Amino acid sequence: MNAKDWIVPLAILAAAAVLAPLPLVAGSYWMALLVNVLMYAVLATAWALFSGPTHYVSLATAAFFGLGAYTMAFLGEKLPLALVYPVAALIGAVIATIVGLSTLRLSGVYFVIFTFGLAELVRQLVTWAEAKYGGTVGRFVFIDVTQQGIYWMLLGVLVLVLLTGFLIQRSRLGWALKAIGEDETVARHAGIDTTVAKVAVFVISATFMTVVGAIMAPRWTYIDPSIAFNPIISFQVLIMALLGGAARLYGPILGVVPLATLFEILQANFPNSFSILLGLAFLVIVYFVPSGIVGLIDQGRDVLGRAGRRRAHPAE
Amino acid sequence: MQPLLELHGVSKAFGGLRAVDGLTASVRRGEVVGLVGPNGSGKTTALNLITGNLTADSGAILFEGRPIERAAAHRITRAGIARTFQLVRVMPSLTLAENVAVGAMFGARACSPAEAQERALPLLARVGLAARADERARSLTYIDQKRLELARALAAEPQLLLLDEWLAGLNPTELKDGIALIAALAADGMTIVMVEHVMDAIRALCTRCVVMNAGTKIAEGSPAEALSDPAVIKAYLGDDDA
Repeated sequence: MNAKDWIVPLAILAAAAVLAPLPLVAGSYWMALLVNVLMYAVLATAWALFSGPTHYVSLATAAFFGLGAYTMAFLGEKLPLALVYPVAALIGAVIATIVGLSTLRLSGVYFVIFTFGLAELVRQLVTWAEAKYGGTVGRFVFIDVTQQGIYWMLLGVLVLVLLTGFLIQRSRLGWALKAIGEDETVARHAGIDTTVAKVAVFVISATFMTVVGAIMAPRWTYIDPSIAFNPIISFQVLIMALLGGAARLYGPILGVVPLATLFEILQANFPNSFSILLGLAFLVIVYFVPSGIVGLIDQGRDVLGRAGRRRAHPAE
Repeated sequence: MQPLLELHGVSKAFGGLRAVDGLTASVRRGEVVGLVGPNGSGKTTALNLITGNLTADSGAILFEGRPIERAAAHRITRAGIARTFQLVRVMPSLTLAENVAVGAMFGARACSPAEAQERALPLLARVGLAARADERARSLTYIDQKRLELARALAAEPQLLLLDEWLAGLNPTELKDGIALIAALAADGMTIVMVEHVMDAIRALCTRCVVMNAGTKIAEGSPAEALSDPAVIKAYLGDDDA
């Protein structure tokens, strides 16, 4: 790597260094909001690692997030805490490999529906297993992780997912994904093993989502399948990434910050009509910002660039 | 000398339609073979079988003596067979240089993204698109997309290049340029199989013709021989006119 290549990793680390001390000054309301923003920042960035370049829209976020949360609920008091996170990551990776190998031959709308069905299937399985063997559907999660601890862990994972995305984008794997998103047939005939490329990044993406679930579980104290596998998580992650723009590494975060804040405000003030307002937000975004904030930035840059060239060559 | 590509009794049916029906043919290194025949005679299906886009129901396909009839498309490309598509396919939101770089990165001589970008530029120059390397592929005309597709195929550094009606739809000037470009590739020793309807191009370029009808080979030989074969005339014009 030459000097220029270090800019992005250094910028990521610098941003994290600025954000790291916030828990020392923020009150509990602000901490709750910040944790929520960070959680969605990791989920949306992880989502875009796979779905951004390939254009395979996944609604399986809640499935992996919930798996992570349940891993924590089951093992949090049985294993040393530091071990639960890697175990959750491993479970996420294994399940994602199985799911990836069996579904990534599907394309377009079939893939979307399958991933949505997957999240529901896992939720129903957990509900059934809990009712049959646990005797009760919900579970208390009494694990002593402070709000600050959760914040710092999420921040650390956010740095990791951004650095991972940065490395993937520059690699052959990143180019393979871009080619797949453009035209999968061309990609195969250009020599790309499309199955391996898709499964690899689907697994990386899902692993991050699972770890986020494990980190978040202690915050709720009580979880049941309808909380941990809430399909709204998948939809929110999708719409945040789309608002920001999934084509760039930093794009999803641009969508997460305003939307996570907005959803928080809506949920606090209009708890009964939240779903309606959420739906309206989706419609407005898809209608008015179809290529995301990143798309608007690029358009702006193009316009400025053209204006600049006109100034430089007034005769043209 | 062993042929570069051999097809032995290759068949492929779609439902009741036998698109390719016991096709046997071979291509020697350095040849430019024209694969011709009326519409629906199975030419494009044959290319799809060779490149792993489709899998043959029966028969054997050997490349450099090794069976490839069961291999996945990406393995066939890496083994040294590159192609263009009948309906041109580029990666629309990537730049021209990136389109070609993808071909270089994963082809027979796979390399790093940085090296692939370097290898892309001379190939764009070869097809006459060097000046537009940083434009997005979707901004190109149909003809220029075909050139881009050829550059991407060449970037894979193939032993065998399959062109599926690459010259179709060109105006006379473009056709002349296109024929010159293929002739230059052939002069460099590239082995080429071209599915083509433009008879002038076949006569100008091909060392040999394989004529297909209803999924099978009905004639073979120099373009002059093959195209004047009574079976070929009958296939193209029907019984009454022959």
